Amino acid sequence: MGLQKSEIMLVAAALAIGLLSFVIPDWLAFTTTLAIASALVVLGVVMLMRAGLVSFGQGLYYCIGGYAVGMGGRFLGVTDALLLIGMGVVVTVALAMVLGLLLTRYREIFFAMLTLAFSMILYGILVKSHNLGSTDGFGVGDWTLLWFDPEGGKGSRTVLWLATGVGLAVALFLNRYFGSSMGLACEAIRENEVRVEYMGMSRRQILYINYVIAAAIGSVGGSLTSLAAGHVDPTMAYWTISGEFVFIALLGGTGHVAASFIAAMIFIMVRTYAVELFPNSWQMILGIVLLMIILFLPKGIWSLFTRKRRVAS
Amino acid sequence: MLTVWAILIDGLIYASWLFLVAAGLTVIYGVMRILNMAHGSLYALGAYAAASAIGWYYNGGGDQLWIALTLIAVCAIAIGALAGLIMERGVLRLMYGRDEVLMLIVTFAMLLVLEDVMKIIWGTTPYFAYQPYAAMGRFNIGVLTVSGYQLMVVGVSVAVGLALWFWLERTKIGKILRSIIHDREVSEAMGVNVRRMFTITFMIGAALGAIAGGVTAPIISVVPGVGVEVIVVAFAVVVTGGLGSITGAAIGALIVGLARAISIHTMPELELFIVYAVMAAVLIFRPHGLFGQAVARKI
Repeated sequence: MGLQKSEIMLVAAALAIGLLSFVIPDWLAFTTTLAIASALVVLGVVMLMRAGLVSFGQGLYYCIGGYAVGMGGRFLGVTDALLLIGMGVVVTVALAMVLGLLLTRYREIFFAMLTLAFSMILYGILVKSHNLGSTDGFGVGDWTLLWFDPEGGKGSRTVLWLATGVGLAVALFLNRYFGSSMGLACEAIRENEVRVEYMGMSRRQILYINYVIAAAIGSVGGSLTSLAAGHVDPTMAYWTISGEFVFIALLGGTGHVAASFIAAMIFIMVRTYAVELFPNSWQMILGIVLLMIILFLPKGIWSLFTRKRRVAS
Repeated sequence: MLTVWAILIDGLIYASWLFLVAAGLTVIYGVMRILNMAHGSLYALGAYAAASAIGWYYNGGGDQLWIALTLIAVCAIAIGALAGLIMERGVLRLMYGRDEVLMLIVTFAMLLVLEDVMKIIWGTTPYFAYQPYAAMGRFNIGVLTVSGYQLMVVGVSVAVGLALWFWLERTKIGKILRSIIHDREVSEAMGVNVRRMFTITFMIGAALGAIAGGVTAPIISVVPGVGVEVIVVAFAVVVTGGLGSITGAAIGALIVGLARAISIHTMPELELFIVYAVMAAVLIFRPHGLFGQAVARKI
């Protein structure tokens, strides 16, 4: 298999972010890092959406990833960022493999509500855990990345490079995954799962593997967020956070991996400004935009690009 | 023995509150197949309306308990029905025929809008409407003391449950609604104006949510975000009982209410956890809830 056009574009975009990181101001570097981290969680939501499932509980794995980084540094003395992310993934995969057995039996609203319930269970546990800071959460200690040793507060470039690198790896993987027989089978399940079974595939196995991968990616996103923000708290598992991920996923659409990154960047930039300009009506704007997308752009902003291309050809 | 009584009474009070909150949600889902995430916002709307009405009444020198209670009911029902009408006619109407799960996201968008509309109208400072609660005093049941207001909530909850049952099982509209639940197309062919029935159902469901909020207002401090917290518990109740079933909502409320009371009196740190744990446990064994019906898969 040669390089696809999208892959070249993704690598080019990552290189561009890497180069631009030397000239952009600190706040933009921070925003970009958060956007990439959120985009990873969103990609998990998109993976499930492609299989026709909407998760209102992806915050569960986002939160586990975040807390793994915080707790790994605090209780185990691990400081290497990659190792911390890896720990989050291990915990997440272990949990997702158990929950997946149950969740793959459910569809539609029941899937949405059960995922929501599980993330709220984690929220409930964390809120009552006083040695983990209860509702305030706790600060993430200083971390290192291989041979880098970013000083506290000035690590924004390092974490941006880390996020870009990890984001690129995940994007390349998912780009291939969406085109693979597994990825395509997920879309077939969304259309008609009984026929998928007729073709000799196990829909539960496909959904199960898809769910576990989506969870692992969500955990990586949570880890990156906590490395960048330097703080974790239980709201990461609150259901409205998961709702935001669903929002970004719909904004971007399921057409292409890059759509989630673009949508996450738009979302976080708009939020930064809107919260300052209209602190009491920012959610309202969000809600109205969401309704507009559902009504007029049901396939997300990515459909704007593909539509144009079709007109051109 | 004391703990057992305390658990039973607390559980009953909490369960009746849960049923009030969940009733509107389950009515709307039962008829329209829409799981309304904005239900919590309707609850908050009712709470705000009741709190401002009571504040206005008592600040104006009023001190009649029955007038205050009537005000709560009238304001909550009015604002709930109005909000329901606007939501159904303005937004949901454009979305009929889409996936159930997409409707979930649509109502999530309405929740976001309503939360900020309430912040714009009522600001972010808390509202208090404790007067009716204080005026109803406390009663002794055996060795336990229970507030009169909370006993009244149990009464309201039972009344709402009975009224809903009567409405669905014994009136003409109820019969029409049940025919829509069974088969929408056939009832449409029989001359049922399904769209108007949807509007009525949504208004009633929304008013029920607002009543729950209005009744709760004197017990809590009404602040932004009360609705967002309530909605997940309400979901847990209706999903445990089986979506769309009134009996299910009642049983679900009792189970969740008792489970929470047990946890508060024995393991308080598990309080939040237990509600969802009960729901997850029920769904493992009954994937459509206790009174839910399985739907045949499309081929």
